[in-house]
Amino acid sequence: MPPPSSFTPARRPQIRAVQIRARNWGWRHAGRHNQAVSRLDLQIEPGERVLLLGASGAGKSTLVHALAGVLGDAEDGDETGCLLVDGRRAAEARGRVGLVLQDPDSQVVLARVGDDVAFGCENLAVPRAEIWPRVRRALAEVGLNLPLDHPTSGLSGGQKQRLALAGVLAMQPGLLLLDEPTANLDPGGVIDVRDAVVRSLDHSGATFVVIEHRVEVWQDVVDRVIVLDPAGGVLADGATREILSSQGERLAQAGVWVPALPPRFPTRHPISHRQALLSAEALAVGRVPFGRRTASVVAEGITLDVCAGTATVVTGPNGAGKSTLALTLAGLLAPAGGTLRASDSFAAGIKPAPHRWRSKQLLTRIGTVFQDPEHQFLAASVRDDLLIGPRALGLSVAEQNIRVDELMHRLRLDHLADANPFTLSGGEKRRMSVATVLATRPRLLVLDEPTFGQDSRTWQELVTFLAELLDEGTALVAVTHDAQFVSALADEEYRLGTPDPIRLEAGAL
Amino acid sequence: MSLLTPTIRPSVVGRLNPVAKLAVALIVSCALLLSIDWVSAGVALLLEAVLLLWCGLSARQFWLRTAPVWIAAPMASITTILYGEDSGTLLWQFGFISVTEGSVQLGLAIGLRVLAIGLPGIVLLATTDPTDLADGLAQVLRLPSRFVLGGLAGLRLVGMFIEDWHSLTLARRARGVGDGGGVRGATRRFFGPAFSLLVISVRRGSKLATAMEARGFGSEEPRTWARPSRVRAADAVLVGIGFLIAGTAIGVAVWAETWRFILA
Repeated sequence: MPPPSSFTPARRPQIRAVQIRARNWGWRHAGRHNQAVSRLDLQIEPGERVLLLGASGAGKSTLVHALAGVLGDAEDGDETGCLLVDGRRAAEARGRVGLVLQDPDSQVVLARVGDDVAFGCENLAVPRAEIWPRVRRALAEVGLNLPLDHPTSGLSGGQKQRLALAGVLAMQPGLLLLDEPTANLDPGGVIDVRDAVVRSLDHSGATFVVIEHRVEVWQDVVDRVIVLDPAGGVLADGATREILSSQGERLAQAGVWVPALPPRFPTRHPISHRQALLSAEALAVGRVPFGRRTASVVAEGITLDVCAGTATVVTGPNGAGKSTLALTLAGLLAPAGGTLRASDSFAAGIKPAPHRWRSKQLLTRIGTVFQDPEHQFLAASVRDDLLIGPRALGLSVAEQNIRVDELMHRLRLDHLADANPFTLSGGEKRRMSVATVLATRPRLLVLDEPTFGQDSRTWQELVTFLAELLDEGTALVAVTHDAQFVSALADEEYRLGTPDPIRLEAGAL
Repeated sequence: MSLLTPTIRPSVVGRLNPVAKLAVALIVSCALLLSIDWVSAGVALLLEAVLLLWCGLSARQFWLRTAPVWIAAPMASITTILYGEDSGTLLWQFGFISVTEGSVQLGLAIGLRVLAIGLPGIVLLATTDPTDLADGLAQVLRLPSRFVLGGLAGLRLVGMFIEDWHSLTLARRARGVGDGGGVRGATRRFFGPAFSLLVISVRRGSKLATAMEARGFGSEEPRTWARPSRVRAADAVLVGIGFLIAGTAIGVAVWAETWRFILA
């Protein structure tokens, strides 16, 4: 517990913004053939605000990690040229640089909000009397109005990212680095984090570098865009508007979300007659918490039909029970109340309650794509993993191979057949997780946040592919925050209305 | 309430320094491990029972937390009585099971010991916040901060294991390998997700390490502590009480001539 102290709004000490210089800099990760970054020449002046773009694999993250001094030493990779932060090697400038990463869950260090923000200050040996005023100021700056002893475990993704930002701001860095800070957040969380960053930069005047696929979020905040070339060096560098118009086409092809070039929506061919596969009536959904026997209901009174050839999207704020509803419709969780029945044609001779179906009976009926693709990988290579479903169905070896080859081709996974699924890039993992499910040709596809954190290229491919499946008569249920996904595909939208319980609790405290 | 932020009722024990609590638990355990006799364990348990009234746990919490010890103690006791080393008068025999005066005494001694060592250990831990314990270990005992804080941060990942495990088992059901296959299938269903969980946890751990490093953790420079961990008079008293319990237990046992020094 922090000691009580009277909070006097002290004047912020003048932060000296950092200057960055790269001279023919390069880095190769240990054990890799190719350079992650090479021949980089770059100068960023103190106080500049930079958006760092580039195709995946262009070395954006490597550069940002190097600036934060967390790339490691000679054991972790080979460095060439020099990368200077305020004229010193980046690894020696620790404490002058603050870094916020993409995954909200793996950046929380301690169990309480105040302690977590204080962690960085402690490591920099800031005197105790100065730490707590800094912590309070940082929390106020990011707009996280929680008591210092509030547990960090119950925070939403957006709150966790603002907490990580506060922890970095309390260190009063002269350079703020963000590596896709909002990729895993819902739209509300994205805006909260962006505004918190802008507020703090206006205060501190620190130098700022952000990596982000979604240009729209940051374009009005930054004054310079730097595009890294996957082949080495810088592809383009200049004022935001200028770069986005001259390089827009090229960036969009590389997967960057360029606001002036939105992805095209596929043309749908809706089917005329509705054929319900699943019917929910006054359905209540919930999970059984660890160590308990009865489910705690998160949403109830849900009545809807899931129809062949129809895309039903489930939307709503965090904590409203969207994922739980999806898992229940997918036959993975038992309903906590009400009824969920499969139509006779869908059940095809087995019991009508999907959660009572056997695992193999689900395969040809309902396929589920999980939010985190890694959760559904089972084998050591892409090809073996894709074969698991068809093998469990007892298909002939020839038929197994035909299906898997066709899927790998359709989802551009051919060249990765022998790769370990865990080593794929984010976009590849997503395509792979969809492929694993489709190998058994289920009549209903349930997807949990399928476009989360995806670049525009993967997004386009995924949406086009799902549209084709819908036209072929597959039913689709998707939980999503993505407004573009909804406009592109949704035939029906089911909105779960419960307000965010975490925010309510936070407001009440 | 969770593992890392337990709700601890304001109480005398709750305010004590965790290091002092750890010391007491160790002192009593060491003293009781020196001998196997029922008098020393019984005396220690009796004295502890008086102190447990101030432990700051509600009755429900107390019984819930200490349930494992209450189950383990009689089990250990009965097993020793039935199968333990025989000596003295034979009381009852059935096949190769024999109950003698000696084995009854031994069983009693072991059962009481499990209680006398287990109860204070669990109660003291249940009233300790892990963050406070880490602060104490690093500031009072001067254990390396890397080790202590690394462990504390890692503890936070345990909660995520449970979430991950749940998702992994659901995903297996969705992929057609969630049931069937008899014992072999069941074994595979346990080890399959266990391996995935290992991979996922290692990645989470390394991401957490990077995030900690980015906040200046792990350098050779000295660090400060936002939360002071102080040893107060009450902590000294607690350690004193620990010695008193240990001393009294040994003293009474020696006086009653039941003390059997294990190492002798």
